[in-house]
Amino acid sequence: MHDVFLYASVFLCGVMALSLYRAVFGPTVLDRLIGVNAIGSKTTALLILIGLIYDRVDMFVDIALAYATLNFIAVLAASRYFQKRKGLYDEMGDK
Amino acid sequence: MGVYNLLVIFLLVSGLFFFFAGAVGILRFPDFYSRLHPAGKLDTMGLFTSMMAMALWVVHEWTLGAILTALKILLIVAFVFITSPTATHAIVDAGVRAGLLPWAKDSREDPT
Amino acid sequence: MTVNDAPANQSRNRIPKAQPPSTKPKRSPVPYILTFVVCMLTWLVLSGKFDLFHLSLGVVSCAIVSFASGDMLFATKNPKRLPGQWLRFATYVPWLLYQIFRANMHVMRLVFHPRMMDLINPQMIKFNSRLTSEMARFVYANSITLTPGTITVYVSLYGGYTVHAIDDASAEGLPGEMEARVAAIFRE
Repeated sequence: MHDVFLYASVFLCGVMALSLYRAVFGPTVLDRLIGVNAIGSKTTALLILIGLIYDRVDMFVDIALAYATLNFIAVLAASRYFQKRKGLYDEMGDK
Repeated sequence: MGVYNLLVIFLLVSGLFFFFAGAVGILRFPDFYSRLHPAGKLDTMGLFTSMMAMALWVVHEWTLGAILTALKILLIVAFVFITSPTATHAIVDAGVRAGLLPWAKDSREDPT
Repeated sequence: MTVNDAPANQSRNRIPKAQPPSTKPKRSPVPYILTFVVCMLTWLVLSGKFDLFHLSLGVVSCAIVSFASGDMLFATKNPKRLPGQWLRFATYVPWLLYQIFRANMHVMRLVFHPRMMDLINPQMIKFNSRLTSEMARFVYANSITLTPGTITVYVSLYGGYTVHAIDDASAEGLPGEMEARVAAIFRE
């Protein structure tokens, strides 16, 4: 079963790389925020997979819980910050 | 062994497939508002199924510590199910207040 | 008495004034006890140690938390209706999970469809809901956001919902059965 979890986490990293495209090249700031949020929710699952690979789930589950909380708070804070910022259309490039 | 492991693997693979669909949806959809649909919810569903698989795998040895760990995993799932709509709503609210217009079908000029 | 008490007293006096006098809360102990129980269960799961020292730490901190914010988690004017509401909510959750699963399949078909651009039709729809209490509106808005294809953009003070839908099939399902079920939970 350890091999299954190993391949699953490698696949999950590939999926996170797909989301990273939107986080890096997203046309607007909020698109990047969507990408970061998607990566964060995948990381929660990835942390528990890592715990299963190393047989230390009891420790990694706490880290995953803290990471889920931090991800939520980070998204809330970032979206509260960027809603005041005008000029999103200039970044889109096509007016 | 056997059926139990197969169930765990099936749940895990379907969760990974949901994650993959969410990532592809984020890449393919045309504008900010429609990208939120796969991002916020296919991810939640993928987290739900893959966490169920991991919780099932953790309780295969029936001890107190394993049950507590599985309960913590379920706690993460419940937390995500409460916070994911809130985070999605915060992002879409930011988009509305910043004045992003939603992409509509009749006003498109072949965005690919 | 001291200087520190003055702002706290002011803010405490200000909160009931903002509400209409008829709905002034009576400080029933039931929400505090329920909050304490929920906090204590979370503490037990997260700590995993059942000796006297850790349990007493948990009791003290849960008591502080439930004293400070006990009226937030179970915000209701009538605590006698709470058990029924939670039982009906527990029967609502499996149906919601089934809806989430079905709608996820729908969105996944859209995602992998080769002619996705022709199928989707993003649109903003507005409708008025007949739900009145805050909790019912909150549950309904989160349910809309959780079922894929629809995102609650804005809920006005008078129950007007603005929803972003990804295609026509998702849009025409609103308000629909979900609102009736949420209304049945809160008996409205």
